[in-house]
Amino acid sequence: MKNWPLWEVFVRSKQGLHHKHVGSLHATDEKMAIENARDVYTRRSEGVSLWVVESKHIHASSPSESAELYDPANDKIYRHPTFYDLPDELEHI
Amino acid sequence: MADIKSLEEKFQSIVDAETKIEPKDWMPEAYRKTLIRQISQHAHSEIVGMLPEGNWINRAPTLRRKVGLLAKVQDEAGHGLYLYSACETLGIERDELFDQLHSGKAKYSSIFNYPTTSWADIGAIGWLVDGAAIMNQVMLCRTSYGPYARAMVRICKEESFHQRQGYEILLTLSKGSEEQRAMLQDAVNRWWWPSLMMFGPTGKESTHSAQSMKWKIKRKTNDELRQQFVDISIGQAEILGVTLPDPDLKYNEETGHYDFGEIDWEEFWNVVKGNGPCNKERLAARVKASEEGQWVRDAAMAYAEKQAKRKSEASKVA
Repeated sequence: MKNWPLWEVFVRSKQGLHHKHVGSLHATDEKMAIENARDVYTRRSEGVSLWVVESKHIHASSPSESAELYDPANDKIYRHPTFYDLPDELEHI
Repeated sequence: MADIKSLEEKFQSIVDAETKIEPKDWMPEAYRKTLIRQISQHAHSEIVGMLPEGNWINRAPTLRRKVGLLAKVQDEAGHGLYLYSACETLGIERDELFDQLHSGKAKYSSIFNYPTTSWADIGAIGWLVDGAAIMNQVMLCRTSYGPYARAMVRICKEESFHQRQGYEILLTLSKGSEEQRAMLQDAVNRWWWPSLMMFGPTGKESTHSAQSMKWKIKRKTNDELRQQFVDISIGQAEILGVTLPDPDLKYNEETGHYDFGEIDWEEFWNVVKGNGPCNKERLAARVKASEEGQWVRDAAMAYAEKQAKRKSEASKVA
């Protein structure tokens, strides 16, 4: 028996919000994936828009490389507003 | 070996700090295996759990009851799918999971090996069986493996409707004729003990408990959850005017909990080993559905491949 391809499902819960990953499912093509996603992940009006992406097309960063990937941001505290010393009486900034 | 040991220590410290483990993170092989076993068993239970209830869909007494039961059974299918999806993140294929169910290698909750002989059973399943499942599932919302915890959060949100629809069925029967009240009491008599067994073996005999607690896959022991379930059921039974079939059920001033009688563990193990009233029937129904649906799955795949091929040929010509 051949497995149907695996798809990742993303749901936008309402206009103005990002699509968010909710899980995966199996389907033969994109049309079936959307229909199945509707039945599996939005039985109680959880969404107004669906994205399905075949799982093999998702490329992810590796947890073992987290250090190299994220370290460069750790020592750049000057990217945050609180790095800058301003007087307390200063307003609207 | 020293490497594995330090990885394991680091893993445990992540778990101890209440940080979730995600699919691509390093994890001990035994943690992965335990999760695959537990999540797949949980998924199979949702799928097999549709069978005893499906038995009553076209005999539901009113349209209100029928739509409720249909929606509930559909949810069980959904819950099975969330869980299979979580399980697949651990690196096992869906087909392999199905094969394990169909060959009898993987277990599912023994409660579904009991028959649903009257309409009141549908109510009793919602109240007691789903009630017991919710106890366990609320705890699992905080399990250490991210995809499993997220699936459980979705499931718990939906499960409360299941329990309420079951309880409403029983409440209606409790206000009905003498025969209806007898039907209610009979269902409770048959489902009470198997529901207590759902929490699994007691402390000493629960083989997986200690390690699962350490890895924070489980947060409470089988016995703690079972006690919690007994305690909350008493008041709910009173409102229905039913007796729970246990002469030893008694409030204990000292512990602040209800003491209850000895569970028939021989029956428990007998059903786990495949000798319950419906084990063969349930598994046969799953295998039949899978085998008879094979050509549909094959045809759908062949159609999709053909469409994709045509599309790519058309784009070449253009």
